[in-house]
Amino acid sequence: MITSIQNCEKIFTRFIGLLFIFLVSACELPPVDSEQQGYRGLGMENVVNPRTKAKVLAENISPDPSPPVSSEGPKADEIYENVKLLNDLSIGEFTRLMASMTQWVSPEQGCNYCHVPGNFASEDIYTKQVARKMIEMTRKANSAWQAHMGETGVTCYTCHRGKPLPTAAWSTDPGPAHPSALKSTGQNTVSATVAYTSLPYDPLTTYLNNVNEIEVVAKTTLPTGKPGPSIVQTEATYGLMMHISDSLGVNCTHCHNSRSFFAWDQSPAARTNAWHAIRHVREINDEYINSIADILPATSKGVLGDPLKVNCNTCHRGLNKPLQGVSMLSSYPSLSGDKSGTE
Amino acid sequence: MSMLSFEKKYRVRGGTLIGGDLFDFWIGQFYVGFFGVTTIFFATLGTLLIVYGAAIGPTWNLWQINIAPPDLKYGLGLAPLKEGGLWQLITICALGAFISWALRQAEISRKLGMGLHIPFAFSFAILAYVALVVVRPMLMGAWGHGFPYGIISHLDWVSNVGYQFLHFHYNPAHMIAITFFFTNALALSLHGGLILAVTNPGKGEIVKTAEHENTFFRDDIGYSIGALGIHRLGLFLAISASFWSAVCIVISGPFWTRGWPEWWNWWLELPVWS
Repeated sequence: MITSIQNCEKIFTRFIGLLFIFLVSACELPPVDSEQQGYRGLGMENVVNPRTKAKVLAENISPDPSPPVSSEGPKADEIYENVKLLNDLSIGEFTRLMASMTQWVSPEQGCNYCHVPGNFASEDIYTKQVARKMIEMTRKANSAWQAHMGETGVTCYTCHRGKPLPTAAWSTDPGPAHPSALKSTGQNTVSATVAYTSLPYDPLTTYLNNVNEIEVVAKTTLPTGKPGPSIVQTEATYGLMMHISDSLGVNCTHCHNSRSFFAWDQSPAARTNAWHAIRHVREINDEYINSIADILPATSKGVLGDPLKVNCNTCHRGLNKPLQGVSMLSSYPSLSGDKSGTE
Repeated sequence: MSMLSFEKKYRVRGGTLIGGDLFDFWIGQFYVGFFGVTTIFFATLGTLLIVYGAAIGPTWNLWQINIAPPDLKYGLGLAPLKEGGLWQLITICALGAFISWALRQAEISRKLGMGLHIPFAFSFAILAYVALVVVRPMLMGAWGHGFPYGIISHLDWVSNVGYQFLHFHYNPAHMIAITFFFTNALALSLHGGLILAVTNPGKGEIVKTAEHENTFFRDDIGYSIGALGIHRLGLFLAISASFWSAVCIVISGPFWTRGWPEWWNWWLELPVWS
């Protein structure tokens, strides 16, 4: 009897010891890097583990642009048929861009991912029409959304990273299976989308596909008696904010002084970029992706049949500035939306 | 100054930790002692420095006076007086005053021939402060990680530091700490209610005894921890709350840089179901 109690104690002690080692090993170790965002002592800091950060940086390197070519010579539409965009480029520039796009989007599949072999003019492969839409999208981004990304701009590679479908694309999340008699709460389960919290797991559909009000902080000190945002809306907003933070490798204080989340005059300037970014992403999803849903195959759609769309992580991939802020656009001015641009 | 009848018995010299007879006397009711003098020195100097900081600051509004730590760029070095140096001096004064006070408690305990429970318990409050303004800043490499001295400003710091880790309620040590704080409050309220009840009998009734106290809780929750036990429990809950709150802030930053919700992925990745 005594021995078994002693055994129990031994097992219990070992279990606690193992658990302790396990929990400690789940942590990181100093030294850490930190960057001050606001006034001293305000606690607005970005804290990063330099070892983790080095890995993220290594995963976000932009490819070298191909060497520039002459803008002299015949135009693309003088040589090829059915050139609807990019027809003011020289044949050299046009070929360079096509080759680069292949490297950015379909390096394994090659030209034939979009083109019928031997008949470049053909529209028979849906990806060619998608590519055309995507070029329009890229040009719109680079010409109209400086408020989001300054002059850095984007190219196909910013999202695609050498894959026909960007790795970090998303579709509406049906959530985990639950008893059919119960209505899904849309939350209370762990989700990577919302930085592993139990907040509503699909704020992306709510805010980046549909246009719903994000602001939830009351503007009056006392209740007015009028219905305001609900707890559910508030938690969905926090879910979206978790997604933004996690995608950019930052924390809430990158854009907010948490003493007053809504006050623009107390917020860092980055919040302005984020405000425009949310509108930009909505435009991308609405005008350039949902609008071509008809021609997309099931492989480009989610389980509920909606097309794979763009969120913050599609480009940012854990960095505040995608691809470390390197502007690939400067080497490919034809994507800038300024149609007179030459390469 | 009047003295209680039994007080004379406790006013014995000796039992000091350092300094021998130096300052080993009473002024009125109050024991002075070497550490009483150092407490007064540090507390006065620190308070005057805070007043000086307020004087050179933008406001005399008590809520808004703010003595902020240095910018992170000063690292673990000294900062100019008006750019955080004042915070560094005030921190030294605070540490001097708090630690002196604990040592004074130890000396008085020795004079009274009692255990060191009181300085031991108070040390956990000091530990929490030291964790915030010394240990964590040193682990993170800058005094600027300490919290600012100000009524509103320190709350802003708490809020922002919490949001640096996206959702601080997922911090496991924070969970334990707040559980101890709430349990401590519950135990104190049960105990306080009980003592108020037994010492305020109805008209014509006598003050109730421990038997009544035990009976009440045995009836109420099926168990009475007892008159001595409740104080042991209170000590355990209170020092555990301080200890785990010190742990929860020291691990935030030095030992975890991402959102606290993500830390729990070890649970999701347990080989049992992953």
